[in-house]
Formats: sequence, structure tokens, C-alpha cells
Amino acid sequence: MKKLSARRRHPLAAVVVLLLALAATGGLYAAFAPAGKAQADETAQSLAIEEGKKLYTVGCASCHGTGGQGTTDGPSLVGVGSAAVDFQVGTGRMPAQQPGAQVPEKRNIYSQAEIDQLAAYVASLGPGPITPTEKQYSPQGADIARGGDLFRTNCAQCHNFTGAGGALTHGKYAPPLTDVSPKHIYEAMQTGPQNMPSFPDTIMPEKEKKDIIAYIRTVNDDRTATPGGFALGGVGPVSEGLFGWIFGLGSLIAVAVWVAAHTAKAKKS
Amino acid sequence: MSTTTASDSKRKAPAGERVADWADGRLGIYGLAKANMRKIFPDHWSFMLGEICLYSFIIIILTGVYLTLFFHPSMNEIEYHGSYVPMQGIRMTEAYASTLDISFDVRGGLLIRQIHHWAAVIFLAGMFVHMMRVFFTGAFRKPREVNWLFGFLLLVLGMFTGFTGYSLPDDLLSGTGVRFTQGAILSMPIVGTYISMFLFGGEFPGHDMVARFYSIHILLLPGIMLGLVVAHLILVFYHKHTQFPGPGRTNNNVVGMPLLPVYMAKAGGFFFLVFGVIAVISGMFTINPIWTMGPYRPDQVSTGAQPDWYMGFAEGLVRVMPGWEINLWGHTLVLGVFIPLVVFGLMLAAIALYPFIEAWITGDKREHHILDRPRNAPTRTALGVAWVTAYMIMLVGGGNDIFATHFHLSINAITWFVRIAFFAGPVIAFIVTKRICLGLQRRDRDKVLHGRESGIIKRLPHGEFVEIHEPLSQAQRYSLTAHEQYTPAEIGPTVDENGVERKPTRMQKLRAKLSKGYYGEGNQIPKPTVEEYQEITSGHGHH
Repeated sequence: MKKLSARRRHPLAAVVVLLLALAATGGLYAAFAPAGKAQADETAQSLAIEEGKKLYTVGCASCHGTGGQGTTDGPSLVGVGSAAVDFQVGTGRMPAQQPGAQVPEKRNIYSQAEIDQLAAYVASLGPGPITPTEKQYSPQGADIARGGDLFRTNCAQCHNFTGAGGALTHGKYAPPLTDVSPKHIYEAMQTGPQNMPSFPDTIMPEKEKKDIIAYIRTVNDDRTATPGGFALGGVGPVSEGLFGWIFGLGSLIAVAVWVAAHTAKAKKS
Repeated sequence: MSTTTASDSKRKAPAGERVADWADGRLGIYGLAKANMRKIFPDHWSFMLGEICLYSFIIIILTGVYLTLFFHPSMNEIEYHGSYVPMQGIRMTEAYASTLDISFDVRGGLLIRQIHHWAAVIFLAGMFVHMMRVFFTGAFRKPREVNWLFGFLLLVLGMFTGFTGYSLPDDLLSGTGVRFTQGAILSMPIVGTYISMFLFGGEFPGHDMVARFYSIHILLLPGIMLGLVVAHLILVFYHKHTQFPGPGRTNNNVVGMPLLPVYMAKAGGFFFLVFGVIAVISGMFTINPIWTMGPYRPDQVSTGAQPDWYMGFAEGLVRVMPGWEINLWGHTLVLGVFIPLVVFGLMLAAIALYPFIEAWITGDKREHHILDRPRNAPTRTALGVAWVTAYMIMLVGGGNDIFATHFHLSINAITWFVRIAFFAGPVIAFIVTKRICLGLQRRDRDKVLHGRESGIIKRLPHGEFVEIHEPLSQAQRYSLTAHEQYTPAEIGPTVDENGVERKPTRMQKLRAKLSKGYYGEGNQIPKPTVEEYQEITSGHGHH
């Protein structure tokens, strides 16, 4: 005790007291923390919604309205569901850079955790399609041939035979499906983003969606084998004709010019 | 002649000579060889465009024969169990299944298929360019009008042979193309439905289409084409080849190299070069990957469905035409398809008839073996460029969706551009081309009279700077002035020598008007005369 009182006027005493006080406060907080944790467990969802709303206010509200009710610049998000948010933000389409015929895919700047929070907030506005789990969209063991048949029946009229993409009216387009993740393909079918019609489970059951995903992964992927050589974009006879004219006939004319330039000459003696 | 008698056969002739003698005794080859072995052909790369077509045609026939060994022209439905996984278990016609087999299970099948198809694309493109060469150099003039028509028929038959071949695999892309054609047939008033029923053996698509197209594709059309190719070549031999103007070249001679050995070697070598280039392209670049398209089913369709390029302008005509139709007395006249069909026919007919129209305007009955330089026939050249412009614009129309996606444009904007440009483009092209031709004629005239600009600047004693013009050689001056310039046809005096009034017919008036447009003042630059040249070079110093 003497030692303590002897040093009570030491220049560092105040600092020590402050540290002790802080430690005590921290300890007290730690003591109360379990109760706080229990509360958080109950409202993990609400916390995500809370965080999502913050992200929403920054990135989305200017077009979709402060409460997701929609404005003249963007549609209402009530009832679009978390799957729509996961697709639109996950592929970088949303937040949109500028208005236009169609919002293009671009680099996504949100982390998956942030996307989940945004999705949680938008899902809280009204019931809609839920972000699929890997079990739902994984193409493992799906029927590729049947997927191809379904793709040609339901998708090819806009996306082309193998999903190379195609034009729609007034500058809109069906984007190419090369290297789109199975999750995003699934979500697009589920929610019908932008100009695409939606294919809910009542119309196209989960298994058929998997078949289609498996087909796209087989025929339109970086690893897809092209047994005929370079695919020239896979968009059909237009690129083939252009190639045939420029490189086919072009090189033959070059050869003809070369042959004509090398003619027999009269021998000079 | 080779009438070897017993008396002079003491020494034994070499084997080759004996074989030749044997053949001559039965086929008369010595006479043929004597007449043709030393046949002269002029040298110019553009004269080899026809060879590209001939060789690619031969390649198509050779590869086509190989394909017939494995292709089943049948529309019986079967389930696919070949080696291409994404089609396993899909129901399809035998035609499609056998094309998949050719692509994946027949040794060399895919390469041969691709050579066949690439060669067809190049064959048609080659014919197009060959025809443009003949057109722009005026090689279609007398005596070659009939050969022009043969060539024209080859182009049109080539288009339809290509179309029927493209339809054979019965894949979703080609089926869409056949459906398109059936729509065009149906749009013909009165006869359309009958022709469609006759062609497809009932309702589209029926079960006969592939087998019928097969015999058309491998027998009927190529048979006619082969005959036309032979006739085309015989006429080239008979007329002798045309040549560009130059010293020593007249309408009555051909300056060049003999068929044997020079052209035999060149042509033979060129064949292998053509085959080689096509084989390399076919080995490296996919064409018509039917395995990605799936079997044809009338309830399925894909975007980006186009025909091969040579049918592209027909596709364009239909794509950009507004969907007009007239409904009267329970019948529909689909103008949206029928008008394009008529325009398609008119655009082709325009090429076929042009030599006769020009001959009528010039009234020239003489033979022409010296080619025109395109600039020296400004109106013809401008008309040709106008036609090509219309054609190219329609190709853009035919690929409007691909242009939309790849250039990030609105498909509607492209369609409207094509609609306007189809009418405005040829007019602009005509005017611009004609001005360019006249400008080039002026330049030629200038070169002949004043010589070539040497780029050397000389300062005269009194300080003036002049550029030294080097006079052209006599040969160059000859080449630049060898062309003939027509004077516009006149209607002639409207009163004859007896003072009786003569009324010119409407055709005469039209001809005079067209002739003036071709050869009147301002539509060609008078070439320099000898007097003009002498006056300038007679020593009055520099112009």
C-alpha cells in the first residue's frame, strides 16, 4: 500500500489510472457481451437488412426510390426477390452506369457479403424468387442433350444456337452466355432480368434448368472443344462469308498475283 | 500424221512416241495438239480469277463424291447414339445423324466437309469477282455475249446448288433457311401454294425434302454446271483470250505465252495452290458447325439464322422490306415477301442483260478483243459500282442482327439505313464513280500531253520555279491512248433527202438519250489527238 501511495504523484500515474479504467470498462463490456451476442443471433437477418439498406441508400435509391418503391428512372423492387438482386449486382449490371436501351454487364464492385446484404434488404420488401443454393443450380449429372433440346426450344431464338448472343429491337440484345456462372444462368431464368422472360419453376422445373445450364456449359465455354478449328465467333454464315471473302478469296487472289508475276521470260543470250 | 509403214520402222520408236502414235490413230490427238498446244494466253493476274472458280469447282466435286459415300439422304427419324455427347438420345432425321457421323465418326469426314463448304463459299465469291473483272473491262462485248450468259447461269446455278447443299444436313439453321424459301415460294400469287406442295411433296417440311434436294444438289444442278463449265472453256479457246491494250496488241492478235509448256505448268501449279489454300483454311477454321445447331424442328428457331453469303442479299431484301400485304376476296398477297422476290430476280436479270443493252446503245457490231480500262468506260463502270453497292447494302441488311450486336447498334436503325441506302447508295456510288473515272481520264490525258511529274523542281534564270515533267515513252503513250471513244448516237435528220418528214420512234429517242449519257460531252474526256501532242512537244518551251 505504501508503495502505491508513494507513487501516486508519479508523472505516469494518471496514464496508469486511465489504462486501468479503460481495462475495467472493456472488462465490463466483455461481461455484458454474451447478452449482446444472444441478441445479435436473433436478428442476424435484421442486421443484414440494416446493412443492406445502407448499401441500398448509397448505390440504388437514386433510381429505385428510397424504399424500393421505384421512380421514373427505375422499376419498383418490391417482390423481385433476392435472386434478382444476386443476378443484377453479381454480374455488375446494377448499379447501372447510365440509362439506355439495356444495362450492360460490367465489373462487379460489391463483395458477395455485400450483395447478400443488399439481397436481404430487397427481399424484405416483398416475397420473390430466392437466391438458389448450389444444389439447385449445379449442372452435375444433368442431361446435356435434353438441355440442348430445351435450349433450342426456349432460348435459342434470342441467344443463338449455343448462346453466342443475338440482337433484339431498338438496341436491346440477348447477351452471349459464354462463361456465365451456373448460378447466374439459373437466376436469370428464375427472375427474367431486363428484356428476358422469366421461367419460374412452375413453367420450367429445377431439373430442366439444370439441364440447360449443363448444355450451355458444354457447348459455350472456354473449354468447349471446337473440332472444326477456330469458331469465327460462332455466329453463323455472316462471319463465315466475311472470312471466306477476305481470307479465302483474298489469299487466292494474292496467290494469283504472285503466279502471274512469275512468268516465263525470254532468255537473254 | 502417224502412218508408220513397215519400211521406215527399222529403228524402234521410243515408248512415249509409240503410245502417242497409238492414241493418235484412234483419237486424232496430233491434230488437236497442233491446233491448241501453242495457243497463246496473255498474262495478267485478273485472268486467273476464272481459274480459281474452276479449281474450286473441281475440289467441290471431288470432296462431294467422298461425302456422298457416307451421307444418308433420308428423313426417317432415328435416335442419335453417335459420339457427339450433347446430341445423345435426341430424335433426328437420318440425314442429320449421318452428317454428325461424317463430322465425328468418319475418318477425315469433318475436314472433307469443311473443304467442301469452304470451297463452295470461295467458288461463289470467285465467280462474283471473275464476273466483275469481265464486266469492268468490257470483256463481255461481241463475240463473248453468249459466254457471259454461260457464266451468269453458272453463278445462278451455283447459288442454288449451294443453297440445296446447305439444306441437306437438315439442321436447325438450314431448316430455317428452307422455311424462308418456302415462304418466298408461297408469296407468289396463284402458283405459290401449288409449287410449294409440289416441291415438298405436301405440307412443309414433309418427308421428301432432303431426298429431293439431294438429287438436285448432287446430280441435276452440278450436271448442268459441268456442261456449262465445259462450254464456257471451249468458248474461251474458240474466242481466244482478251488482252489489255498495249504496244503490239491488236484486235487481231494475242500477245502472251503458249499453253504448253508455260500455261500448263502455271495452271497445274495454280490448281494445287488453290487446293492447298482451301485445305489450310478448312483445317483451321470451322464452317457450318451443324453439331451445335441441332436437328431441324419447325417449332424451334435460332437468332442469327442466315443463309450462306451468296443468298445474303435475298435475305436482306426480305429483312428490310416492310411487311405489307393485301387481303382481297379471301386471298392474301404478301407484298412484304413477294416484292423482294421480284427485286431479287430483277437484280440478277440486270447482270444477264447488260451486254445486250450496251451493244444496243453503242450500235457497235464489231468484235472486241482488247479490254477497256474501267476508267475509259465511265458510265459502264459507274453502273457496275452502283449495282455492287446495292448488293453490298443488302448484304448488310441480311446480316443486320450480327451488325447490331457486334457494332452495338440498334437493329431498327440498321434496317432504316439499309432501306434508304438501297435507293440512295447506288445513285451516290454512280455519281462518285463516274467523277473518279473522268478524273482519271483527265490525268491520263495530262500524262500523255505533258509527261509524268518527276518531282524535280527547276528554277529558271528569271526566278520562276517549274516542275520538270518527264515525257512518257512511246509505248506508254500508246497504251494510254489505244482505247476507242464512241460518239453519241444521233437520231439523225428528221427530214430525209426528199424533204419528207420522218418521225423518230420512241426507242430511237431513248437510245439517243442513253448514248448521250454514255458518250456525250462531259461523260468522257476526249483523249489527246496527235495534233495536240505535236503542238505541245513542237518546241514552244514549257506549257
